[in-house]
Amino acid sequence: MHHRKVARDSAGRLWRTPVASLMTWAVMGVALALPVALLLLLTSLQGVSAGWESSARVTAYMDLDASLEQTRKLASEIASDGRVAELELVDRDRALAEFRASSGLDDALDYLEENPLPHTLLITPEENARSANGVAALVTFIESMDRVERVQVDLGWLQRLNAMTDLLARAVWALAILLAVAVVLVIGNTVRLSIESRRDEILVAKLVGGTDGFVRRPFLYTGAWFGLGGGIVAWVLLQLSLWWLNGPVERLAGLYRSNFSLNGLSIDGALALIIAAMLLGWLGAWVAVKRHLSDIEPGEIAGG
Amino acid sequence: MIEFRQVTKRYDSDHTALRQVNFHLDRGELAFLTGHSGAGKSTLLKLLMVMERPSAGEVVVGGQMLNRLPRRQIPYIRRHIGVVFQNHQLLFDRTVFDNVAMPLEVMGASPRDMGRRVRAALDKVGLLSKEKMNPLQLSGGEQQRVGIARAVVNKPPLLLADEPTGNLDPKLSADIMNLFAQFSQVGVTVLIASHDLALINEMGRRTLTLDHGNLIAGGTPLQGGPSGR
Repeated sequence: MHHRKVARDSAGRLWRTPVASLMTWAVMGVALALPVALLLLLTSLQGVSAGWESSARVTAYMDLDASLEQTRKLASEIASDGRVAELELVDRDRALAEFRASSGLDDALDYLEENPLPHTLLITPEENARSANGVAALVTFIESMDRVERVQVDLGWLQRLNAMTDLLARAVWALAILLAVAVVLVIGNTVRLSIESRRDEILVAKLVGGTDGFVRRPFLYTGAWFGLGGGIVAWVLLQLSLWWLNGPVERLAGLYRSNFSLNGLSIDGALALIIAAMLLGWLGAWVAVKRHLSDIEPGEIAGG
Repeated sequence: MIEFRQVTKRYDSDHTALRQVNFHLDRGELAFLTGHSGAGKSTLLKLLMVMERPSAGEVVVGGQMLNRLPRRQIPYIRRHIGVVFQNHQLLFDRTVFDNVAMPLEVMGASPRDMGRRVRAALDKVGLLSKEKMNPLQLSGGEQQRVGIARAVVNKPPLLLADEPTGNLDPKLSADIMNLFAQFSQVGVTVLIASHDLALINEMGRRTLTLDHGNLIAGGTPLQGGPSGR
């Protein structure tokens, strides 16, 4: 009963000082939006590497003077290996046509006297051969074959991307923790000022028999409301920047033929963000209350 | 209702506010507490409110020994003590009604109960018509009566007043004293700290006089017996 009244009162107080409340909400919103945005980017990136992992492909380039016939023979030999799930042969003419279409170097290619591209085999390993060792063994096997000039695996950059996202993940979490601490301190300081400004009220409440819990309550609610506002501001900021970035990101991903897309916050994610913000606000208020409320004791109220 | 047994309060080595004070007040008794400024009146009230703890001796209120009361129990003791201050300690960010309702609010009273009891208290001090006003709109005497309404709204068995008529003219002071006398008639123990000797003499009640921390008049000698009574 009293909780509802106090919750309403403290929300009303924030509402009556809109500029100051908005500033606190904005500070909190920015501090929360930043790590959440980075986390979203990170999950998007991890989605990309997960997509590539399953489609790890081995590309074998033939000698330039290997004939199509020889290549076909080799292809059927490799395809019969148990570790190979799928094999596609791209002959030099098709490779050139594709290159022409995608590179835009149409005119420049016309100057070349002959096709510079070799026949190519695109090999998808079987599921059980997709480990780093399995792929390496497959590569050695193909390299050892006649007329194969070079074998390439996409795994190298994939591993680097993975290492980078791991590093990024740690950096983001460190940043998130720092910013969470900053949020707690900002709310703590704001609540401290609010405690100062309601000193008389606290004194009277203590004089008429208000328990510590009673005196603390409005400030804890104030912290939670700051958190709610901050969480909503953070969510709005995230949606805005997502909307602003989505077009360019899609174009960029299209250029890389990637299915990469920026993931927004789901409803659950948004709720979790707001609840986490409220908890941080509450925690900040609690820190301030713990430190400052016991300083206000009605000892001085009755004069000499 | 109140009992002081050999109570000494020392603030630091060279300032002793109360020296071995003994007295007791019965239920429904109205007494004055007087003495020069600095004689220890406020200290005595603070000991009753558990704002301070005695250095030696025992303070008993309503059968509760306050010396060793744990900190978290203090609010529950204060709910049984109404206090009126010289500067009334009203809050100017809320109405007269909300000021008077505070003791009920900390107890978690229901809104219906609160409305009934606040209006009863305001009626008692003759301010029922002003419940929606801000205390700032009231005169000094009216503000003091709002303070009294707040002190009695939860019907405490003990009412303390610290210079309640300090800023008021004699007519208003007499009105306020009559209010206190009415409360004592219904069984409330009332202790009023005041240095308004004219008013005190007019009332003809028991008067405890402090001088440099010693109770020099009005105290009851500590009677024999193991219980101290």
